[in-house]
Amino acid sequence: MASDISFQSLILTLQQYWARQGCVLLQPYDMEVGAGTFHWATTLRSLGPEPWKCAYVQPSRRPADGRYGENPNRLQHYYQFQVVLKPSPADSQALYLDSLKALGIDPMAHDIRFVEDDWESPTLGAWGLGWEVWCDGMEVSQFTYFQQVGGFDCNPVSTELTYGLERLAMYVQGVENVYDLDWDGVPKDKGGKRYGDVYLAAERQFSAYNFEYADTRILFRHFQDAETECRSLIAAKLPLPAYDQCLKASHLFNLLDARGVISVTERQSYILRVRELAKASCAEWLASQGQA
Amino acid sequence: MPELLLELFSEEIPARMQARAADDLKRLVTDGLKAAGIAFTTAEAYATPRRLALVVDGLPERQPDLREERRGPRADAPEKAIRGFLTAAGLASTDQCVVRETDKGTFLFAVVEKKGQATDAVLPGLIAQAVAALPWPKSMRWGHAGFRWVRPLQSVLAVFAGGRLDGGLDLQGGHLAFGDTTRGHRFLAPDPFAVTGFADYKRKLEAAKVLLDPAERRSRIAAGLETAAKTKGLSIKPDPALLDEVTGLVEWPAVLLGAIDPAFMELPPEVLTSSMRKHQKYFSLETPAGKLAPFFGVVANMETADGGRRIVAGNERVLRARLSDAKFFWDQDRKHSLASRAPALKDIVFHAKLGTLDEKIDRIEALADALTEYVPGADKDRVRSAARLCKADLVTGMVGEFPDLQGIMGRYYALHDREHADVADAIAAHYSPLGPNDRCPTVPVSVAVALADKIDTLTAFWLIDEKPTGSRDPFALRRAALGVIRLIVENGLRLPLSKAFSAAAGSLQKLPAGPGDISASLLDFFADRLKVHLRERGVRHDLISAVFAIGGEDDLVRLLARVEALEKFLASDDGANLLVAYKRAANIVRIEEGKDKTSYGTPPDSKAFQQQEEVVLYEALRKAAASAKTALKGEDFAGAMSAMAALRSPVDAFFDHVTVNTEDGALRANRLRLLSAIGNTLHQVADFSKIEG
Repeated sequence: MASDISFQSLILTLQQYWARQGCVLLQPYDMEVGAGTFHWATTLRSLGPEPWKCAYVQPSRRPADGRYGENPNRLQHYYQFQVVLKPSPADSQALYLDSLKALGIDPMAHDIRFVEDDWESPTLGAWGLGWEVWCDGMEVSQFTYFQQVGGFDCNPVSTELTYGLERLAMYVQGVENVYDLDWDGVPKDKGGKRYGDVYLAAERQFSAYNFEYADTRILFRHFQDAETECRSLIAAKLPLPAYDQCLKASHLFNLLDARGVISVTERQSYILRVRELAKASCAEWLASQGQA
Repeated sequence: MPELLLELFSEEIPARMQARAADDLKRLVTDGLKAAGIAFTTAEAYATPRRLALVVDGLPERQPDLREERRGPRADAPEKAIRGFLTAAGLASTDQCVVRETDKGTFLFAVVEKKGQATDAVLPGLIAQAVAALPWPKSMRWGHAGFRWVRPLQSVLAVFAGGRLDGGLDLQGGHLAFGDTTRGHRFLAPDPFAVTGFADYKRKLEAAKVLLDPAERRSRIAAGLETAAKTKGLSIKPDPALLDEVTGLVEWPAVLLGAIDPAFMELPPEVLTSSMRKHQKYFSLETPAGKLAPFFGVVANMETADGGRRIVAGNERVLRARLSDAKFFWDQDRKHSLASRAPALKDIVFHAKLGTLDEKIDRIEALADALTEYVPGADKDRVRSAARLCKADLVTGMVGEFPDLQGIMGRYYALHDREHADVADAIAAHYSPLGPNDRCPTVPVSVAVALADKIDTLTAFWLIDEKPTGSRDPFALRRAALGVIRLIVENGLRLPLSKAFSAAAGSLQKLPAGPGDISASLLDFFADRLKVHLRERGVRHDLISAVFAIGGEDDLVRLLARVEALEKFLASDDGANLLVAYKRAANIVRIEEGKDKTSYGTPPDSKAFQQQEEVVLYEALRKAAASAKTALKGEDFAGAMSAMAALRSPVDAFFDHVTVNTEDGALRANRLRLLSAIGNTLHQVADFSKIEG
């Protein structure tokens, strides 16, 4: 097992491991997204024939999951470690299991299993088949073979791996409350930081914002603005900036949803509106690659 | 005799798909063998999470030679016809044909002989076809290949008569050659090894920590669970579906026992089992008194040096996290009364055309209130309260997180709010019965609300013309109708369905103009569901049709009493004979009506009778009709049947002594009308023409 099992060294270990497998190491996408999948390096790059391997950490926001810092397992802002391998290597599963070993999870001492879990993102018009990976009954990763993104067939198919970093770190460190995670490996009496020192205040404030203070009138307006901007950028054949606007719209929708102001029927139509933007961005991206 | 062993080695196949896939593989390969004329003695298929295996025994070395004779045109047929035949048969001239005399003339015959191929030459193509044709509920592509399978297929082992078969799969952008090696358990025995046949394969797999046969894994898991439970003086709560699922998640089962933190034992048992079963695939344990015990059974796929200690600790931790979530909801939810949650139902759409859940609750309340008239012992106030609260738990945190606990949580929260026990129970029970085997509510308050919810749903979807078609029934309306049927029949309710439908429709008047009166169409739907339901319980289908055909009956209890009386009557001597006589009469009338192109359905003229038997029969019919009518009024169906029994001897006497088809036209017509009157009279109790035998 790696001697340092702090949150940050876990990230470093994964970065080193996947860099050795030939992945481009990227930094987080500077947009508010619900999951690492939304990064252009996954969505857009999984389309078209060009080989692509990358790995990155993605801070992810799910406004509705906020619990004011009171739930030991739920956060409205958390980290995912994302890996994309295109085309999907024949030894995808073995590569993944070796990454667990690098993290100090010895498969000979645990019960690691691949349990059916098909992935679908209605807002991205994307789906794939794969598993959630269980370690002693806990889901530690999502493993997906991308079949479609933005309504387009992925050809070749990519392997997408997503590690839930907080959960994985809690497992490795044997911690039951996310806020107790050792962030930096420095002892507390020497000024070491825990996850709570870094993020507890943010969880409290953003929960209040997400559930109580977000001005829904402004959010609705921003949603429309993002939608309009996205469409005009697609018309200008600029898929990358257009995609930014699509993700803005997606996050605004999540905020509105968390505020409970979108009814069940409206919900579907908002998802469809975002999906149309995603599809158009993907189509334009493929066209810019000479693929449509 | 040679044996074929086939193994498709794959990345993890979803548990729910394995058994079906093994069957499909066996079917596809054996169908291929039959089509190729290759006989075999046995075929057996197996599945684990990582492999489908098939063994076919008793195969021949060679395909048999085929000799086929094809008859062509007459020997003296035109040149063109003969040439066409020769081309089709692959022959050059008539010299290669056989000329033979038949009783229809002299014909040309082509004899096509096909030499049987070696079996090992036929098998590779046959296997490749079967693998490509294997149907999966969901399939995928991987890498650059166009080939679709459930998950990436890693290798194919194909051994015939002890040796590797030469061949492979075309992956449409890759090739997967057949081999004679496989691998054992992913972690415990990952190295490849070669096999020569099924016995060798199964033995080596077991040594490599893979139990090939699902039945064997299943029984080993079941036994392991029992043994583990016994060590604590407990027993496993039987759960065959979970046992099946878990069998498909492991190649080398290891049963372990974990403990539930006592802090969570105050949660409702349904919350504990739901978290454990659905998300974690754990088995529940029970005390000898049938109470949930603070332990769980987990089936791992691994043997570890520490005897599973860390695996258990990990699983216990996951469960703690899940249950602390549940505990959080349990504590939070109880801070608000169920009644206070009602306004939130305004935000939940039941169906785009049918408004919100809040509006549905108003309708359920009104209908349940109206139905109390037909549900003896249903207290109006409690029914109304239960109706108002029955969906309120949908907006609690717990049901948001664990949707399968809907109703169940409502009951707990209602009890916490000190609602009457009948009200709380009705909240839990109003979704029931959910199928033919689910428990059917019997407490009057529950029955009224359960009926109202379902009848409202059915009426509403009928009004917007969203009826089930074929296999499509997205709103589970068939199940709802069966639920209503069971609630009525099993509680012996005298509920006129048409009235219930119009009461329900009354609350739905805000809807845009629907298809008009839906009562008749809904009753037909109920009739169909009732037939299906009764057939499953062994009631004769034709008797149900016979009673339904009378029409105008919307009281299911009365309808069933009639079916039962009819069944008894027909089992008696008089009934059986009367049925024979009826059929004879009906046949004569039908044939003569066909000949004359007219109907003899009008009553006979009593003054035109010439024989005593006619008069006696006529009087008997009048008497039977009158006493049946009285009996029916009093719902004495047995009485109505025995009134009909009195017809037997007059009918027999009529047939013995009276000639229907006489020369005298008017007399003949009158006698046909008298025969027709038999059916009309019987029709009071059932349409005898629908009865078989």
